[in-house]
Amino acid sequence: MTFRMTPRGNSVPTHPLMTQSSAPASHESSAPNGLSQTPLDQWHRDAGAKMVPFAGYEMPIQYGDGIVAEHQACRNRAALFDVSHMGRLRFDGDGAAEFLDHVLTRRVSDLGVGGVRYSMVCNADGGILDDVLVSHLETPSERRFHLLVVNASNRAKIIQWLTPLLAEFPTVTMSDRTELTAMIAVQGPLAIETCKKLLSFDPARLKNYQARITDQFAKPVIVSRTGYTGEDGLELIVRAEEANRVWENILLAGRDSGFIAAGLGARDTLRMEAGMPLYGHELSETVDPLTVGLKFAVNLADRSFVGDAALRKIKADGPQKTRIGLLPEGKRPAREGSDVLDSNGTKIGTVTSGGPSPTLGVPIAMALVDRERGSDSEYQIDIRGRSVVARPTKLPFYRRPVS
Amino acid sequence: MSRDSKQLRYAETHEWVDVAEENGERIATIGISKFAIEALNDLVYMDLPEVGRKLAIGDEFGEVESVKAVSPLYSPVAGEVVAVHTELPDNLEGLNEDPYEFGWILKVKLDGEPAETLMDHATYEKQCAQAG
Repeated sequence: MTFRMTPRGNSVPTHPLMTQSSAPASHESSAPNGLSQTPLDQWHRDAGAKMVPFAGYEMPIQYGDGIVAEHQACRNRAALFDVSHMGRLRFDGDGAAEFLDHVLTRRVSDLGVGGVRYSMVCNADGGILDDVLVSHLETPSERRFHLLVVNASNRAKIIQWLTPLLAEFPTVTMSDRTELTAMIAVQGPLAIETCKKLLSFDPARLKNYQARITDQFAKPVIVSRTGYTGEDGLELIVRAEEANRVWENILLAGRDSGFIAAGLGARDTLRMEAGMPLYGHELSETVDPLTVGLKFAVNLADRSFVGDAALRKIKADGPQKTRIGLLPEGKRPAREGSDVLDSNGTKIGTVTSGGPSPTLGVPIAMALVDRERGSDSEYQIDIRGRSVVARPTKLPFYRRPVS
Repeated sequence: MSRDSKQLRYAETHEWVDVAEENGERIATIGISKFAIEALNDLVYMDLPEVGRKLAIGDEFGEVESVKAVSPLYSPVAGEVVAVHTELPDNLEGLNEDPYEFGWILKVKLDGEPAETLMDHATYEKQCAQAG
């Protein structure tokens, strides 16, 4: 058998995302293999994580309890994820919102302080360069800025893409704060209640897709009610040197409630069940947001931005493809790249993500298929040479119970 | 009778082999090691060969899948498949609990000797320790 494990001393406390001053030395370390390590790297190793290369980082794919246990902890209690590999870009200066308006598929200029919005960065053809979260934040000293959280694998590309576009906005500055900060996701039904004990601001007062700056034992932290698991929860951004303290504090506060650390493996099964797209799988430069069923992430009304003309045309003509959810029969998971066939055996699409669903106990898959075949009542998936019948199902596969 | 993992031979690719005489035939029983099962973790699917299939050394005879990974299984022997453990795919947790007895995957009527590269238990353990 072969393993194919493939598969992140001032009077006012400073925070690399909250100060405009030039950056202190990087806290991110680099291993001899050229991969970066997050500030929590040693913690992961001490906890027995299996580390794998991911988007230029060494990241925990799972800890000792395994992916299923970590997945279930998140669904039933809460789990902590080190997502420090995600890129964090800060935008300052007059016109920052207008600049972001120009490069994102949704409006930013009407995003109030404390607002967070999911959006796309598209090229002129409407192809997706990245999917991002943009936040509008205010520091304790009342300085406002925008934060863009980008995929780890796209960070360098996005900086390279935005840099020339910034030339037209001379008052706007972009700074990459990824290596100076750490990002921790606390996700699950008990996440908010437990984090409440640790923060000066009650995170229950945040609505979904809201964020603010508060502190954790007198150290600044950006708290955002967002996530990538389908559960309620928070994403925290702290200074790199605070990462271990905050991480351990949350684990300690949640110990009696069964909080555990979870790796990228569980993060992937959780987001798949929640029907959330992942860059490099559902999303890429060869598809546009309308094709992959993310119409909500594109606002074409009375505005212009990079890619808007192409997206208007795609909207008028109708996308060529559509994203669907599939339930393959039997126990054998359909994996990314498998052909999707119609009942006559003709190829009509491709599986973009697939695997076992720990919550449902059956395999699930997302696929991109020809649009006119998007409402078929039955499909087949070619799993390494064998056809398996697959039933279409509405996305998401899992929706959290309304509390 | 419980199979003693120390008496088995192991392939670099983590299959174990137990050769015994049964009714005058030399029969190899094949499974996968505890180390591999623990490393894979959370097994969800296993694909078995058909009885009667002829295998050469190194042939892929099936696969085992965990949540994140698909791992092909390679035959450490040549011969004809005479039995497969059909209860196993529906009881993969049994493979975790008892990889050397309940966890047998197939029996092969040997044609010649098993692969020369098979290791004894101590050597295999050393390989696993290095793999970390």
